[in-house]
Amino acid sequence: MGKTIRVLIAKPGLDGHDRGAKVVANALRDAGMEVIYTGLHQTPEMIADAAVQEDVDVVGLSILSGAHMTMFPRILELLKEKGAGHIQVFGGGIIPAEDAERLESAGVARLFGPGTDTRDIVAFIQKNFGQCA
Amino acid sequence: MATDNGNDRAEAKKRWKSAFDEWGVQDADFTTVSGAPVEPLYGPEDAAGLDYLRDLGLPGEYPFTRGVYPTMYRGRFWTMRQFSGFGTPRDTNGRYHYLLDHGQTGLSVAFDMPTIMGYDSDHPRAEGEVGRCGVAIDSLRDMEILFDGIDMAKITTSMTINAPASILLAFYLCAGEKKGARFDEMGGTIQNDILKEYIAQKSWIFAPEPSMRIITDIMAFCADHVPRWNTISISGYHIREAGSTAVQELAFTLADGFAYVEAGIAAGLDVDEFAPRLSFFFNAHLDFFEEIAKYRAARRIWAKRMKEKYGAKDPRSWLLRFHTQTAGCSLTAQQPENNIVRTAYQALSAVLGGTQSLHTNSMDETLALPSEKAVRIALRTQQLIAHETGVVNTIDPLGGSWFVEAKTREMEEAAEEYFRRVEELGGVVQAIEAGFFQREIGRAAYEYQKAVERQRKIVVGVNRFQLEDETIEIPILRIDHQVELDQRSAVREVRAGRDNDKAARELVRLKAAAEGTDNLMPVILDCARSYCTEGEIIATLKGVFGEYIEPPVF
Repeated sequence: MGKTIRVLIAKPGLDGHDRGAKVVANALRDAGMEVIYTGLHQTPEMIADAAVQEDVDVVGLSILSGAHMTMFPRILELLKEKGAGHIQVFGGGIIPAEDAERLESAGVARLFGPGTDTRDIVAFIQKNFGQCA
Repeated sequence: MATDNGNDRAEAKKRWKSAFDEWGVQDADFTTVSGAPVEPLYGPEDAAGLDYLRDLGLPGEYPFTRGVYPTMYRGRFWTMRQFSGFGTPRDTNGRYHYLLDHGQTGLSVAFDMPTIMGYDSDHPRAEGEVGRCGVAIDSLRDMEILFDGIDMAKITTSMTINAPASILLAFYLCAGEKKGARFDEMGGTIQNDILKEYIAQKSWIFAPEPSMRIITDIMAFCADHVPRWNTISISGYHIREAGSTAVQELAFTLADGFAYVEAGIAAGLDVDEFAPRLSFFFNAHLDFFEEIAKYRAARRIWAKRMKEKYGAKDPRSWLLRFHTQTAGCSLTAQQPENNIVRTAYQALSAVLGGTQSLHTNSMDETLALPSEKAVRIALRTQQLIAHETGVVNTIDPLGGSWFVEAKTREMEEAAEEYFRRVEELGGVVQAIEAGFFQREIGRAAYEYQKAVERQRKIVVGVNRFQLEDETIEIPILRIDHQVELDQRSAVREVRAGRDNDKAARELVRLKAAAEGTDNLMPVILDCARSYCTEGEIIATLKGVFGEYIEPPVF
């Protein structure tokens, strides 16, 4: 048996739409993961610091304000700077397909759009992070 | 002729019920989208005890269950008011002219996140967010551009702004003033509903107490100087979007409304001075009859409380007038063209429910801000309802339906139960601080998601009738990064071009007013006239009031 997967769910930027973040946090917790939720209005620095301090396996970002092209790359960059480049980042929100492709090729593990079944997110995390040492 | 007595009816119902059971039903979920149970059939017994004049009243008559005006849509249609804003003030001004040219009858401003949260476009926290989900407004200068070529004494404007509502209202009034419009001519709405921010939308700046002081200052100022302004749009929309049920939307919104009334009375205002300028904003979700019942119940509850509990004497204080927006959260990114149909049904429920104003969502809103064509189809949907379907000819056409009347009463009772629970917690602010609303909504949202994933609730194109390898074929509105750069230099130019000593003096006056008890509006107007920026005004107020932080729970 692998250790319990630790996930940080974070709301970067200024938007307050937290329905998706909370639904995903609940679903991951119900699937047996340890979930930490940052709360709202987080800067990229706050999120990267929390990821390192909480020693998580993966960070999930929820953005519905259109700021995804700024927030995702910045958080990836900060994690690397802090020597935590091994922490993967996934996300969701209102993100056009073209932007999602660009972010995924820039290192975001996966973006889940509206209508995603939470079981797909659980399966994705278990498959990719389930065996972490 | 057969006699219609209670015994015959009960017999007949029994007969039907055994046939119903014998025939059998599909294996499906027959609850509303909120998960509320509904009967397969309603009859006179379900509306028993309903007194026509006491419980329904005629349109324009207490308790207004059938509508707030005697003529309803024969007098005038609802205001077709598409919520819109993106990019720079100049970009959005172009969209406003487009919408007005296509028959829209009122304006509704969507602000970007930095404006909503009180940051100027060149603040570090604004990075990546400028002009993205609304228009960027930093100072009076931007408001002048936003309304360029628009007669502000004639058009009414709704502004979706809450924590900094006093400032954006000041920018608006000053922009009109510079074009010769008088304060008492200008009409419109500021959302200014901070309680639902703590509950659902989560765009707060200050803690509840100073926020409520600013709101009562606005109510008092507008009662004296801007009589055509709706000072609070008490909003259920965001509560519903955050995942609440229809009953929770109804109950939490009205509870907020009562809290504002109580705050106004506590601040020494006469209820009839400010209550006629309170308006409401509801969601139109997919469950057709549940929504119609919700609007009818809302009118009846408000009228009764305003008259009986708060002692309002002016009949205008009893009227629950409301704007409606179709449910953004019901739209799907999959097969987005289907969203046109969803929106049309939702809009129809709002009209049958007696709305005063309506925004119809565009089909592409789960992907990005709406394109021009998508927003035109959304506006045309309203025009079709108004001009082609005939539903506007008759007032409250579903009144008297056993189902609708039973559902209206049931929702009223369920809302009353929530009012009791909120009261037990000590009131709305205490219930917010205890996380009561947030937990109720979060739980409902998660339950709904699980019902969708178990296939008990069907979402067309998402968990049934999907397309393999779907490609989205509708154009996406893109906001160029140049918008942010342009807006940053624009706000710097404003700061460089104004009388900086005067601006600084006004901010010092503002600080003193915030520390004292004087009404803040006159000094905020002076700050606006001196081209103080929104960020400067908010930073000054934060220096006095501090900032609110929500404990993160899920």
